[in-house]
Amino acid sequence: MNRAVQGVILLLLGGAVLRISLTDMYLRYVRDGLRPFLIASGLVLLAVSAATLWPELVHRKAGQPTHRDPEQSRGQDMERSGHRNPEQGQVDPGTGYDRPAQHNHHSHREPVVSWLLLLPVLALLLVAPPALGSDAASRTGSALSTRAASDFPPLPAGDPVVLSVLDYATRAVFGGDRSLGNRRVQLSGFIMRGGDGQIYLARMIMTCCAADARPIKVALMGNLPDRLAMDSWVEVIGRYSPDITEDEINGEAIPFLEVEQIRTIPAPRNQYE
Amino acid sequence: MLAGGLVLVVLFRDRLEALLATPGLQTWTTVFVSIVVQALPFLVFGVVLSAVIAVFVPASFFAQVLPSRPALAVPVASGAGVVLPGCECGSVPIAGALVRRGVPPAAAFAFLLAAPAINPIVLVATAVAFPAEPGMVVGRFVTSLVVAMIMGWLWLRWGRADWIKPLQRLNLDGLSRWQAFWASCRHDLTHAGGFLVVGGLAAATINVMVPAEWLQALAGQPVLSVLALAGLAVLLSICSEADAFVAASLSEFSLTARLTFLVVGPMVDLKLVAMQAGVFGRGFAARFAPATCAVAVLVSVLVGVVVL
Repeated sequence: MNRAVQGVILLLLGGAVLRISLTDMYLRYVRDGLRPFLIASGLVLLAVSAATLWPELVHRKAGQPTHRDPEQSRGQDMERSGHRNPEQGQVDPGTGYDRPAQHNHHSHREPVVSWLLLLPVLALLLVAPPALGSDAASRTGSALSTRAASDFPPLPAGDPVVLSVLDYATRAVFGGDRSLGNRRVQLSGFIMRGGDGQIYLARMIMTCCAADARPIKVALMGNLPDRLAMDSWVEVIGRYSPDITEDEINGEAIPFLEVEQIRTIPAPRNQYE
Repeated sequence: MLAGGLVLVVLFRDRLEALLATPGLQTWTTVFVSIVVQALPFLVFGVVLSAVIAVFVPASFFAQVLPSRPALAVPVASGAGVVLPGCECGSVPIAGALVRRGVPPAAAFAFLLAAPAINPIVLVATAVAFPAEPGMVVGRFVTSLVVAMIMGWLWLRWGRADWIKPLQRLNLDGLSRWQAFWASCRHDLTHAGGFLVVGGLAAATINVMVPAEWLQALAGQPVLSVLALAGLAVLLSICSEADAFVAASLSEFSLTARLTFLVVGPMVDLKLVAMQAGVFGRGFAARFAPATCAVAVLVSVLVGVVVL
């Protein structure tokens, strides 16, 4: 792999990173706070690519002194003087690279593994995989962490109370009746079907990236429409039910929600909690 | 060749999308992409910092800062890991630059192992993930530091220079400083970046393929649970800033087993081993990674028994 190809690969990688971080696409893969660092790293990748490709381009049309860039024109001058005095030029000052490497092939063998950088580029620019959904949620156990009941602040005002799936599930499992009472709550998440046919409302919680995402599941009971497509996003309004079921995978407690209303909604900007 | 390949891929884009639309493969693709995207800013930061070390920091600087006796340089370098914010992907190219700059390999490796686990960002994340267990933060800090120092000293005693592949592949002589800077960035990005992708592919596969039920069966066994979580840390390759939250969710496992998970993960995982093999050579990674893993498990169990 020569430098020009490396430059092109870095250009594509930087472009892909900028494309996902300047739109909301990055939220499918990583946490919100990473955005400025993604943009910065995309810009660095483009800069490295430019610093690699620019001398290559200049080198190719070396006959045409077209540049105002002082460093480049200086390089060309020295290159021309180098032609007059062949002993001088071990290093091509125009490209800044060790020229002998290009001629006698002793140069650092660029490992084949560099080509693999094209895989994330292709995945991001062509396939653009979606945020994790019901498939991932059904492979992993519900991830509530134990908390004492005294941890819970009183429910916020409003009817229905808008809660995150994590907040509802934690309160329902560890705080129960005392925490939720008979208030109406409103949750949003995607639909997932368990092995036993039970319908769950699920949401992935993510700390850093989708590799560490874990699902929180709430079993739905009561007034459900017949056809709920897997992975469709819904907003449910309902009340706490004292029933508890067990996650098929890790035995973690999964609370129920007695559904009063359910409607499909577009997927939110950030699908993780 | 590159252009031809790209045209082919674009032409068959619909086929590719249809293939990747099966739920399992889709999950795999998302996890793979997210591992790479998540690691990239840290890799770029590490590559730029290592280019700065390689080009702008004189070799004499490290000779002055580090004790001249390598046996003393090891603990100093481990402790210096406190100042590197971020996770493990950045530390591999930095360690490579340190070795090229004449830092004793033992000290550079101690830094490589300690930095991702003991920096403030990771410790704060650990404290947030284990609000009821302050011992976890202390345990993680102490254990990671001790393991890094032991590995540095082991390298001094038994390590051989010819296990490391020649690092000075890149000829920076005769370049201006900025030319050398960009050349170093390009070289490290394409090398370490390629190996990051290898690790990401492997980790995504494990992440999606290994059934979570297997782990549950092991949770109750004191010895097996430690080994299981050590193995899981190696295979999952989760960033050290996030692994504490995953450890917190593995609530069926003992605290000692989870401490092992937190100590092994930032030092040995698929993505790191792939990157170490890329920067220091396969012969190095094949010896260094298993040894580190064994030392990390032993020290974690000792500290776990005492502190937790």
